[in-house]
Amino acid sequence: MEIPYTVAERPDTGVNNVKLGIWLFLASEVMLFGGLFSTYVLLRLMAVEWPFGADVLNVPMGTFNTAVLIGSSVTMVFAYASLKMDDLARFKKFMAMTIGLSLVFMVVKGFEYSHEFDIGNFPSTSTYLAIYFTMTGLHALHIIGGIIVNSYFLGPGSKMWETNKAQFTNRIEAAGLYWHFVDLVWIFLFPILYLL
Amino acid sequence: MSDDVQHHIQNYKKVGMTLGVLTVVTVGVSYIDFAVPLAITVALIIAATKASLVASFFMHLIEEKKVVPISKWGFGTILATLAVTALFFLVVIFIPIFGHADRVGEYFTLPNANAPVVAADQH
Repeated sequence: MEIPYTVAERPDTGVNNVKLGIWLFLASEVMLFGGLFSTYVLLRLMAVEWPFGADVLNVPMGTFNTAVLIGSSVTMVFAYASLKMDDLARFKKFMAMTIGLSLVFMVVKGFEYSHEFDIGNFPSTSTYLAIYFTMTGLHALHIIGGIIVNSYFLGPGSKMWETNKAQFTNRIEAAGLYWHFVDLVWIFLFPILYLL
Repeated sequence: MSDDVQHHIQNYKKVGMTLGVLTVVTVGVSYIDFAVPLAITVALIIAATKASLVASFFMHLIEEKKVVPISKWGFGTILATLAVTALFFLVVIFIPIFGHADRVGEYFTLPNANAPVVAADQH
């Protein structure tokens, strides 16, 4: 059975189901991270003392990772635009760059985590570190999820381009929307954890 | 179509560069010795600006203007969904903070004409 409205717009919603589905998923993600941001604010307000992020974490590494993630968002949107221009080779180039930048982000995050563990900073060490590891850990899981999905679309998933270009383009748009959301979350995580 | 995509690509480049510049600005500003409330305000304003650029251009929200019958408020489906989400997000953020600021039920003493006179040497 064919899944309806993967390309055509549903008359009652005015969008195709792929787009509506990913936005509803992102709405649930807003609430997931919203709960943690709320927790952060409350813990910080009630804390007797709260360290200055830059005294605990490595700001240059965090800044570098922010730039990497923004770069990956740009390459992701270029990948989508390439499909709009009917150019699969160009899409693959930019998608590979997106995945590469995501891996760079994870490697840098790995160095940061291992450094924290080396100097005895664990989630149990302080409330600040507990919320730092929880929020960045959940964010890193989202990056891993994005890498898996994007790798699928770069590899076996791209076969759909030969049979249904419009549906494949919609899939990449949905993957892109998710990826930009992951970038957007980091845009808030970086200042509240590293700079304040 | 192709011209339209080329126009979008130019926009993506500009937005990407602006995001880079704002990242440098937010790090630079953090080295200025602001009072904590001001530092938080400045950092959040910059972060909100960056986030709105990502949402508007990379996530194409700026183009999601299509009004459909399901929406009673003149929003498209996506924007209507996000408006409801934003409302619940504000509840999630502010209700705990209101709870924290709530002083109902806490014991404290108001100046009272009938209260026993406290010795002056307590000052």
